[in-house]
Amino acid sequence: MRIKPQIADKIATAIFYIIAGLVILLLILFAGYLIYQGRSRLNLHFLISEPNSIEAGGGIGPPLFNSLYLVALSMLITLPIGLSAGIYMAEYAKPSTLTQVIRFCIEALASLPSIVIGLFGFLVFVQLTGWGFNLLSGALAVSALNLPIITRISEDALRNVPPSVKEASLALGATHWQTIVKVLVPCAIPGLVTGLIITSGRVFGEAAALIFTSGVSGYPLDFSNFNPLSSSSPLNPFRPAETLAVFIWKVNSEGTAPDARMVADGASAVLIIFVFVFNIAARILGKFLDRRFTGTTSKK
Amino acid sequence: MSIPDKTKVTSHYIRKELLGKSTVTLFGVFLIILTMSLVFFIASQGLTTFIKDKQSPFQFLFSGKWDPERDISKGGPAVGALVFIFGSISISTLALLISTPFSVAVSIFMSEISPKFGKKLLQPVIEIFVGIPSVVYGWVGLTVLVPLISKLTLIVPFIDKESNTTGKSLLTGGLVLSIMIFPTIASVSFDALKALPKDFKEASYALGATRWQTIKKVLVPAALPGMLTGVVLGLARAFGEALAVQMVIGNNILFPKSLFDRANTMTSVITMEMGNAVKGSLESNALWSLAFLLLLISFLFIVIIHKIGAKGSFVK
Repeated sequence: MRIKPQIADKIATAIFYIIAGLVILLLILFAGYLIYQGRSRLNLHFLISEPNSIEAGGGIGPPLFNSLYLVALSMLITLPIGLSAGIYMAEYAKPSTLTQVIRFCIEALASLPSIVIGLFGFLVFVQLTGWGFNLLSGALAVSALNLPIITRISEDALRNVPPSVKEASLALGATHWQTIVKVLVPCAIPGLVTGLIITSGRVFGEAAALIFTSGVSGYPLDFSNFNPLSSSSPLNPFRPAETLAVFIWKVNSEGTAPDARMVADGASAVLIIFVFVFNIAARILGKFLDRRFTGTTSKK
Repeated sequence: MSIPDKTKVTSHYIRKELLGKSTVTLFGVFLIILTMSLVFFIASQGLTTFIKDKQSPFQFLFSGKWDPERDISKGGPAVGALVFIFGSISISTLALLISTPFSVAVSIFMSEISPKFGKKLLQPVIEIFVGIPSVVYGWVGLTVLVPLISKLTLIVPFIDKESNTTGKSLLTGGLVLSIMIFPTIASVSFDALKALPKDFKEASYALGATRWQTIKKVLVPAALPGMLTGVVLGLARAFGEALAVQMVIGNNILFPKSLFDRANTMTSVITMEMGNAVKGSLESNALWSLAFLLLLISFLFIVIIHKIGAKGSFVK
């Protein structure tokens, strides 16, 4: 009877290994399936040509551009606000009711379903302003979604700066603000960049917050038109625009082209490849910047 | 004469300090304003159903009759949302039941069985799972799981073939969601295990316990509050997910009779109908009420997490 716990331990260990293996296998199958299914579409023509809802052979050019443009727009909005709020939380916030309320708001915002944020955007940026569906509304909605995350990332990155660095700056006679701008923020850049890239990846794949804000269709775009005020210019933020993720969702529900399924397969493959690229970029860039900025090879 | 100069310089820095401080404080307060206006706008629309349209909130929550365009002769329009509420609750519970054992096992593997393997392989795998967009989960569910479950309903004898053989079902949605919430539960419960004091494990080993005994009797009970937080966060994510669920659940406005029957959720009906509903109509207002309910539920989840956090002594 004494041997029983040891055997139970062996069995349990084996089960843990099997489950861990299964999880890894699941990801390999998942990504492998998507890329395998979409392999015939992974070419430049598919990436740059116009979608076609009637004939086969449509591409994902405009949706892909819209996704990238949306990421850029929303980061332009989120980064200054989120970083400032993060600085406040890390450096100035005293343990007061105000701080507690802000912290609760960050948590509340972060946990809201993205469809609810999308509806808020629909109500305020689309209906109340009378702009109709447009890319900027989508960017604003996604910004509301990401603001709590960027704030938290900035706060964590600033808090992770060793206190000795801050103390050294203050001891040299720098003001608190100077220390923040010239010492703390630069030191926090590696953490910030990693967080930013991962958040960008999220924006890239977001759809629920966008179907009611930037819309599910777009005007035909003229990529030689650089006038941001013209409705056919890709740079115009006030045009309705479907992003890549919304495009996949739409193809599934109302795809009419004979090759709708293959287009969605290709678009999904592109989306998941971008997820991998964002992840790997965040890792590599994070490590590289960490070495550049702190002069150490590893953090811990 | 040098004193005024010095004051000037000092006051320049003080001004900058104050300017900087007030700017960042303003942005901190902005987060409160944003949250408040979000609640205000969603609530102002969501409450119209009860204030202007005079629908009873009790009926909204507990009646399963959803027919916003029903004729006056048949009893007038009805906006009972229980079908959607029930669908949301059952699908997220199902996802939780499937996902939790695996997620917890993976977190134990990463912290206790093989931390090296866990950090090198499982951590990146979990991060990639988090990053996969929900439409992609929905798309894979639609192209892989739906045909599979459709076949299953045809082959397995005890499943009711009359009602649904499309493969779009409560079970399909639950499976898709279980994969989506796995990274949330796994990473939070991993953090909970990692935060435990080392003494616990060492004391247990010193008493002659095996690793499995230590995990089962010491580590998991001690990390339970943190693990529960992960489970609630997973539940919140499952509850709020819209598109992936909408793509595979079948969107039938009836109570599902079994796991293999089509169903509907709060998020799903909003996604499907909000675009078609006429602004200001009862249907549109009732959909806003659902959105407001989603918002309230997601706040409730946070309160629950705080309650759990206050109880857990090892996990902050």
